[in-house]
This record gives sequence, C-alpha cells and structure tokens, in this order.
Amino acid sequence: MVQGYRFTLNGEAVELEVPGMRRLLDALREDLGLTGTKEGCGEGECGACSVLVDGAVVDACLVPVCQIDGSDVRTVEGMADPLTGALSPLQQAFLDLGGAQCGICTPGMLMAARAHLDEGGEPTDEAIREAIAGNLCRCTGYTKIIEAIASAAEDTIALDRPSVD
Amino acid sequence: MPVEPPVTTPRTLPEAYSFLVSDVYRPMAGGTDLMVQITGELGDQPERVLDLWQLDELRGIRVDDGALVVGALSTYTEIRRSPLVLEWLPALAEAAATIGAAQIQNRGTLGGNVVNASPAGDTLPVLLAGDASITLGGERGEREVAAKDFWTGYRETARAADELVLRTRFPLQPARTLRFRKVGTRRAQAISKVVMALAYREDGGVWRDVRVALGSVAATPIRVPQTESVLEGAAPRQTVADHAAATIASEITPIDDVRSTADYRRAVTERILHRMLREEGGW
Repeated sequence: MVQGYRFTLNGEAVELEVPGMRRLLDALREDLGLTGTKEGCGEGECGACSVLVDGAVVDACLVPVCQIDGSDVRTVEGMADPLTGALSPLQQAFLDLGGAQCGICTPGMLMAARAHLDEGGEPTDEAIREAIAGNLCRCTGYTKIIEAIASAAEDTIALDRPSVD
Repeated sequence: MPVEPPVTTPRTLPEAYSFLVSDVYRPMAGGTDLMVQITGELGDQPERVLDLWQLDELRGIRVDDGALVVGALSTYTEIRRSPLVLEWLPALAEAAATIGAAQIQNRGTLGGNVVNASPAGDTLPVLLAGDASITLGGERGEREVAAKDFWTGYRETARAADELVLRTRFPLQPARTLRFRKVGTRRAQAISKVVMALAYREDGGVWRDVRVALGSVAATPIRVPQTESVLEGAAPRQTVADHAAATIASEITPIDDVRSTADYRRAVTERILHRMLREEGGW
C-alpha cells in the first residue's frame, strides 16, 4: 500500500511514495540515499539512527513514514553549512576533541546532542550524560564525546548564537 | 527491510472507530513497541495497522472533575514536563523518566504503555497504586475500567477489538503520598527487573488506603493485598517493615527470565519495600 508522504528534510521539501509503515531509517538510507544515519540494533536500544523530528530526537528505526507526514526531519547530513561545507560547532568539537572513534555512533550522538543544546539544555556533565543516555558507543569513548558537547555548548554561548548549527 | 503491513491514518476519532468496526486493525500510538515487533518479526504480525498519531482528541493533560486526566497519546516527555503531573502525581513523571531515554520518551505514550500490557510496563504500578481508571471508546460508546481490572492476563487487557484507549484518569488525592521505584540493569534504556509503587494516606500516625503495586514479578502488573493489609492501619516502624517485607516475599511468585531470576526479583522486592518504609518512617 504505497502512499505519498510530504515532509521537509534538512530544510528541503520532500515527497516520497512508499508504504506508510516503512521505517524512517529505511526511507532515509534506501529511498533517499542519505546513509549518514546508521542502523545499529534496529530495536530502539542503541540510538545509532537518531534523527530529529520537529526538533525532538527519535530513533528512525522506530518511526514509520506515515507518522512524519508534514513534519520537519533533520539528519546528520544537514549539520554542516550547505554552501561552504563548514562543519557545525558540534561536529568541529567532536573532530577537535577526539569525540569519534569507529564513527558508527557519531551521527546519532551529534543529533542527540543537538536536540539537547537546541532545547537550551545545560552543558553540565550530568545533563549531557542524560541527553545521550539513549546512544551507545561500543568503543566506550564517552568521556571525549561529553567533553566535545560541553565545548560546543560553551563556544555557542560565547558566540551568543541561538542555535548550535 | 521488514515486510511493511498496510496502514491507515484516520484524522478523527469517529473515523478511527469506523475502521475498527469494519476490520481487524492493530492500533499504533508512538510505535516504540509495535515497530520492534514488526522489524524483529516477533509474535503475531499485524495484518493492518491503524495509525492513531493524528488523533489530537487523544492528546493533552488536564485536571477535570477531580481527576488528573492524561490523554492516551501523551508522550513520556510531555508527562515528565507537565506542570499538572508534577503538581498532582510526581510519581508518574518519575516513572516516565525511567523509560528508555530521550528517543523513546519523545515517542512512547502512556496509552501505549497501558494497552501494550507488558508486565514490565513501568507506569502501570503507578496506575494501580493511584487508583486510576482507563477510559475505552468505540462506536458503542465510552466506558471506564478500573486499572485493577484492566490487565486480565499475560499481555491481555479488557479492551475489545473495536475499542481504543482514550485516556487515563487519576483521582486527585492531595492527602495521599505515592512513591515509585524501579530496579533495572542500569539507569537508562533498561527494562525493569522489579518496579514498585506505594501509596498511602497518613491518619493520626497510621497509614490508611494503602496500595502496594508491582511490575515484572507476575504475568500482569499486580497489587499485593496481603502486604497491603499488613500496612493498613499500621505505622511505618521497623517491626511493621520487617513483617511487610516478609509478607511480600511470600506473596509474589516471580519467574526466571532473560532479565533476571525469580530469587533476585523476590529479594529486591523485599528490599525496596523495606527501604521505602524506612524512608517514609524516617528511621
């Protein structure tokens, strides 16, 4: 049962004709060719497929396309500046501070961190740990990830910018 | 990719009811349980899905007619942030905060937790201890079912196939205290090994209207009437706590499964009840 669904993806209008129960994860990776969003567990445990729907972080493996009709979807591909390619402050901080090892969890970590900071979440260790509690890093490099998020938050505050990217 | 069942997205409640009468549909709220079942091909696969996400009638948290009323599509994030929940039933916000992490809390709903009927559903003991009722609706009208009568067997509920869970009502009980505790493998993303809610009203130094409700220790969320009767009319002293803890340990019959053992569940249930009573008694 294929239907047309419309939403915005990283700021651009998208129309997709797919079964409504298709996982947003599959629509992004298979139908739209955006492979930045990773599949880890496929059951909402690991957060590798984290994306933003209307600003809220969700697991794309648990959200069917029928539920994002009319929504605003953001993925890791939308973080860098589309014109210059300049990395967002969060991405730059992950790069500078070694917040990525094998890289599989990184897109999801970035999206969870972005949701936290965009909502005005505290850049404290405890608040960041809660914000990324749904994102597993099997290289167990959490310390540098947390430092990178805190650093990006401080840079953003210092620049007095309303959003981190 | 998993096989995707057909899905229908009604825009109004009457439209949703008419679909439920016409054929067998699996209703879907936030999808956090159903999507896992479909992807993992776990259990009976739905032939067709009724997507409830557009039904704004099922959203919202309000105080109405002496009750805190939580719409079925209220997400755990909305529950955690609701000033009304924090004022009237903070234990429900505590329970919501222990479920998954942000990704799950942004999609998972109270109505979904209620109707999915997992014995490990973290909010369900709060419903039992809080004397909640669940409103079901369909073309035949609406009816209210007390939480204690709602979970009828392992993953079975009082909901008929042509009905939807509309909302949960918690009577406002300002004189009552409701405590919540979950024990899992870790703080986030963990399915509970034991979850407990304890409610009471203090009356001249003794407890009245005591409720002790548990998850993950039986085929359904349960109350433990023998333990409640030990605490009813008693004060939270050490001797009472010892007696109540011994009673609850013999009253429940948990099982061994992938998440824990019967022995551990019994020991930890005894321990968390004892600790709650000590904290409430201030000794």
